[in-house]
Amino acid sequence: MALFNLKINGKTYKADVDGNTPLLWVLRDHLDLVGTKYGCGIAMCGACTVHVNGEATRSCVMPVSSLENATITTVEGLSETASHPVQQAWDETDVPQCGYCQAGQMMTAAALLSKNSNPSDKDIEEAMVGNICRCGTYHRIHDAVKLAASKMKK
Amino acid sequence: MSNIQSRRNFLKSTAAAGGGLVLGFSWLTTEAFQPKVLGNTAADAIDFNAYLSISPSGTVTIFSPNPEIGQGIKTAFPIIVAEELDADWEKVKVEQSPLDTKKFERQLTGGSGAIRHSWERLRKAGATARVMLIEAAAKQWNVAASECSTNKGFVVHTSGKKLSYGELATAAAQIAPPKDVKLKSTKDFSLIGKSIKGVDNKDILSGKRLFGIDYKREGMLHAMIQRPPAFGLKLKSFDATEAKKMPGVVDVVSFANKVAVVGKTTWEVMQARKAVKIEWEKDKDLESSSDHDRIFKEMLSSSTPTIHRKDGDVEAAFKNAYKVIEAEYQCPFLPHSPMEPMNFFAHYKGDSIEMAGPSQTPEAAQKQVAKLLNLAPEKVSIELTRMGGGFGRRLNTDYAVEAAELSSIIKAPVKVTWSREDDMTGGIYRPAVRYRFKASIDKAGNITGYMLHGASINAGNSTRPDNFPSGAVENVLIQSNDHKSPITTGPWRAPITNFLAYAEQAFLDEVAMAGGKDPIQLRLELLDKAEQKPVGKLTYEPNRFREVIKLAAEKAGWNKKKKGVYQGFSVYFSHASYVAQIAEMAVVKGKPVLKKVYAAVDCGIVINESSARNQIFGAVVDGLGHAMYGNITFKEGAPQQDNFNKYRLIRYNEVPEIEAHFVYNGIEPTGLGEPALPPTGGAIANAIFKSTGKRLYNQPFVEQGATVG
Repeated sequence: MALFNLKINGKTYKADVDGNTPLLWVLRDHLDLVGTKYGCGIAMCGACTVHVNGEATRSCVMPVSSLENATITTVEGLSETASHPVQQAWDETDVPQCGYCQAGQMMTAAALLSKNSNPSDKDIEEAMVGNICRCGTYHRIHDAVKLAASKMKK
Repeated sequence: MSNIQSRRNFLKSTAAAGGGLVLGFSWLTTEAFQPKVLGNTAADAIDFNAYLSISPSGTVTIFSPNPEIGQGIKTAFPIIVAEELDADWEKVKVEQSPLDTKKFERQLTGGSGAIRHSWERLRKAGATARVMLIEAAAKQWNVAASECSTNKGFVVHTSGKKLSYGELATAAAQIAPPKDVKLKSTKDFSLIGKSIKGVDNKDILSGKRLFGIDYKREGMLHAMIQRPPAFGLKLKSFDATEAKKMPGVVDVVSFANKVAVVGKTTWEVMQARKAVKIEWEKDKDLESSSDHDRIFKEMLSSSTPTIHRKDGDVEAAFKNAYKVIEAEYQCPFLPHSPMEPMNFFAHYKGDSIEMAGPSQTPEAAQKQVAKLLNLAPEKVSIELTRMGGGFGRRLNTDYAVEAAELSSIIKAPVKVTWSREDDMTGGIYRPAVRYRFKASIDKAGNITGYMLHGASINAGNSTRPDNFPSGAVENVLIQSNDHKSPITTGPWRAPITNFLAYAEQAFLDEVAMAGGKDPIQLRLELLDKAEQKPVGKLTYEPNRFREVIKLAAEKAGWNKKKKGVYQGFSVYFSHASYVAQIAEMAVVKGKPVLKKVYAAVDCGIVINESSARNQIFGAVVDGLGHAMYGNITFKEGAPQQDNFNKYRLIRYNEVPEIEAHFVYNGIEPTGLGEPALPPTGGAIANAIFKSTGKRLYNQPFVEQGATVG
């Protein structure tokens, strides 16, 4: 066990955990940030996606020991009130069915849009292909990414 | 205290607001429906199950009893109440009810039945409160109630003066509830049929603690459970010496052929579980997929199948046929793979147990836990969390019951979480089935005889004997055999019909081709026959069938000879709704590419169009994805796929364009969680046949070399 200082959503959190513990479980079990979801544990579904230094990252395979100097953003850090353009677009498009995968979907989309404000359909596909939605809301995810892009331009 | 807002807390906060109208009503039957004023203190309301409340500040709170799994019920139910109440939707607050078997009937998510079951009683709940508010206003104004109307949360008098529901709530609570209330005419609906966003959207999208896996209580322990790695094995012995030394581990216990590792965090128990040395031994047959091939063949040559429907003389029809068409279709076992793996919280307290988690059928869980722990059912409380999907998996109670059993052993609050591997290899799969079809046609291509023989593994009756084309064919024989296997199975979204519809719709396509008929024409002629001269029992309405077929054909431009487009048709009636689909393939570089799926849907009145479209799109994607890729295979009882690297789920880049159209007929609403899934596989397979000449008899299609682009 060791004490780790983590910069998450603009705050500093302390976690006393084994260094091999994936960020996902530190967030969920130690820091009460449960918006980041467990789906597969092997970086195949994208439900656990967060931003590490601005990059969409699968937190289920990211050991906490590698993150001491990193800037981490979770879905709670997009905004607590669903006011980030990506969250707004997801709400207005009424994307969720069960909603479980959507935090990961939005984090992937937000990372894409922060680098590419005018993504083509191909760009969106390349970014979103790693995130599974078992309810099959892919069409609305596509529409919401487009809507978020237009909101961010304003 | 739980971090998920409890009903009790909510009630306290309502009480703190002071006053207000709290209307409780019996949920038992529509006939017995009798609203009852409970007074204006929330303390009085605690004993009631389903109600709406109006606070003096004007907030209308509507409790939604059914578990939300992504089907949108937590939004749809309140829309119906609010419609008849004439509430201002902006002021409606929705709360999930916990399990309460005394006050609710059918607190269940399954069978696409919630709307059908509750439509009338929800309307009456809203309408009754509306009448009471009107009477309160009329009394205050000293005018006739007939001079008053309602509009978006206000009672309005013909003179123009108005009072808000909040202002009237306390006085309205003193009015005797009317016995009979007039419901709105469907043409006056202002909320029903609109697109209304999910009531939990903002909480979902900001990462709030909503799902079972997020559940937390002070002092709660975490557990992971090792279950037998193959169907047919049982626990022989285990050694937890090493595991108990690992960080965070509190205890390792065994029950019901399982070994549970209990500790302080999920990750720690996940690691410690790997360190438990477990020996398993054979208990039952260890079946492999190759055994199933043999078992299917044996069942299909059985001389003693169970006969489910027999009209006329099918053997004579086959003997006198112009042509006989035969085919076999087969599907594999499928896991449900909801994105949120199984989990449940339980806190055993000796004379009671508190539970919380994602369940499609909490009442069954309550009964089983009560029996297991020798408690009265009312001593088992279950808080219903939002579910991260379920697709039928959470109709089973195994994961809730084992959490209860574990808590009773360790005498501590504990949340059991399944890993993805546990979830995928843990069984209760969609059963594997093989169907044999045989049909005879006359010279004109008309079906004279139709036989279906279902062979299944743990499916019970794998046929739906009264489904189309039964009722439209003179000579019909529907029969089945079932093999009892140690591999556990259960309902999977649109049970049985999720594959039967595909097999049947692909076979009807073959029959149409053999008789030189257009596939749609064949169905329409059969429906005419069923309508004019039904054979035996008829469980569907031919006219509603015909309407969705015509709508799909019109929207897709069936037989309009679109250049380079190959169309496949399918139609199915399930869960009281009718859905026709047309899939369009193109051939790109010699390979079929699925371009578009059109869906025409008759689910009666559409409650929430945004949600309804979401369900249809999702069901088409689900039907396509599993027909294309889904497969669980076995080696000596052990599932060979355990995570999404070996088991393929459909992804963003693999979905076609989809168009959904409704038949707006004003008929009482039916369900939509399942009915749009069954037709999808057939429409796609029939389009693949058109584009390549290759008939797909087995799922998953990808293992037959099929691609969809």
